[in-house]
Amino acid sequence: MSPPIRFEMRRRTFLVGTASAVVAANIPWRASAQPTSLAGPDRSTFTLVVNGETRELAVDNRTTLLDALREHLELTGTKKGCDHGQCGACTVHVNGERINSCLSLAVMHQGDEVTTIEGLGTPQQLDPMQQAFFDHDGFQCGYCTPGQICSAKAVLQEIRDNVPSHVTKDLTARIEATDEEIRERMSGNICRCGAYANILEAIHQAAGEQA
Amino acid sequence: MRAFSYERASEPAQAASRAAEIPGAKFIAGGTNLLDLMKLEIETPMHLIDVSGTGLDGITATEDGGLRIGALVSNTDLAANERVRRDYGVLTRALMSGASGQLRNKATTAGNLLQRTRCPYFYDTAMPCNKRSPGAGCAALGQGAFSRQLGIIGTSDACIATHPSDMAVALRVLDAEVETITPSGASRTIPLDEFYRLPGDTPDVETVLMPGEFITAVTLPPPVGGRQAYHKVRDRASYAFALVSVALVRQADGSGRVALGGVAPQPWRRAAADAALPDGANAVMSRLLDGASPTEENAFKIRLAERTLAGMLAEG
Repeated sequence: MSPPIRFEMRRRTFLVGTASAVVAANIPWRASAQPTSLAGPDRSTFTLVVNGETRELAVDNRTTLLDALREHLELTGTKKGCDHGQCGACTVHVNGERINSCLSLAVMHQGDEVTTIEGLGTPQQLDPMQQAFFDHDGFQCGYCTPGQICSAKAVLQEIRDNVPSHVTKDLTARIEATDEEIRERMSGNICRCGAYANILEAIHQAAGEQA
Repeated sequence: MRAFSYERASEPAQAASRAAEIPGAKFIAGGTNLLDLMKLEIETPMHLIDVSGTGLDGITATEDGGLRIGALVSNTDLAANERVRRDYGVLTRALMSGASGQLRNKATTAGNLLQRTRCPYFYDTAMPCNKRSPGAGCAALGQGAFSRQLGIIGTSDACIATHPSDMAVALRVLDAEVETITPSGASRTIPLDEFYRLPGDTPDVETVLMPGEFITAVTLPPPVGGRQAYHKVRDRASYAFALVSVALVRQADGSGRVALGGVAPQPWRRAAADAALPDGANAVMSRLLDGASPTEENAFKIRLAERTLAGMLAEG
């Protein structure tokens, strides 16, 4: 695996830092609007098991799981799109289920097992779903891709577990990985490049390899 | 987001008493709605009580042959439950028509009931909203406001927001009840039809829950059988809130029950409308939506609700 990008070297981090310095110089910090008597500390210490490795974190309670992964654990494969649970770019697995990491507080995941795109496969040994996205050009710009892949893996597991969906006709029958089922189950992952047709083909390939 | 302190509760009674004694405390479980609103500073809790470790994640049979759904059961687990799929199909259908797979894995049963409206003016902190800032006014009722998604009945001059839940519409048609524990340790049972308050002139008060009162479960009476369906009409085929949704339980003799989503500040059901079901969609909706006061932009919902039910009845 390639070495993680050091944060202080990234141009975007530099620009963000500059912008907030300007804001701080011109607008009084809203300290007065902040509560003065919290019932406890506003920071917490806890551990996550990320891609099989136990990681200790000491962060502001406001830190989302997404920001903990990206800004504190330097796992920047998981992307921040809308930060409001609408686009799916931040999708990771927690204890085997897909969730939007932007809509979950890191402190609420004490001891949880988190799998990110970095934990699914490596450039030398791709997960079958990652390989399938390559084989079918399941992306253009690639920004939504880690979320798409994490979501797609969970979709196939949910179908194997016979979890119904909005388009499941018979709630008591065995559910198949049809186009309609996959499209419906992937509706929480937006791709602005519009690679949906190829993403669907990729998921079918991965589903076939599992069968 | 404002700073907050954090603690984990391990018992429902402990969660309720802590919530009552700590100023600005709120419960958090799935967090999919609360955290979103905290980022926008629409919700500004000073203290979060994480109730996800209180063990309320089971679905068990009740003594009378119904079902008790723990407050923390995820929307996915509830929809996929074998008994729910078999005996309360309208609930599985409603749950699976809402949100996305990722959200349904985190969203809980109690949290789904307590989610806030998606009225665009509630979300836009630059606009007046009586629900967000009591007394500020209602931008949704202003000239040229975007009210297409908003309520047509049960609304008031102070607020025309809808309750966004699909699950609650199915629970309403199934006569569900909400079980709670109060900060003093007492438990009580609230029928879902008494759980939500109409907005009146206090749209910020949405339920009959007392400060610190904590939902422990939702119970369903024994199965009522019949053909059960949930039809949701929305602007996209998936992952969008309802313009109108219809929950239907229909018996072989043509009798049954109907509840509407997307039209009111609560799941909308009326006994007189249920009784009119054998007479068809027009008879039902003329009773269910009697007294509706839509805006120019959302008046279409009256006709849409009727045609949606008519379509469902035509399917058999």
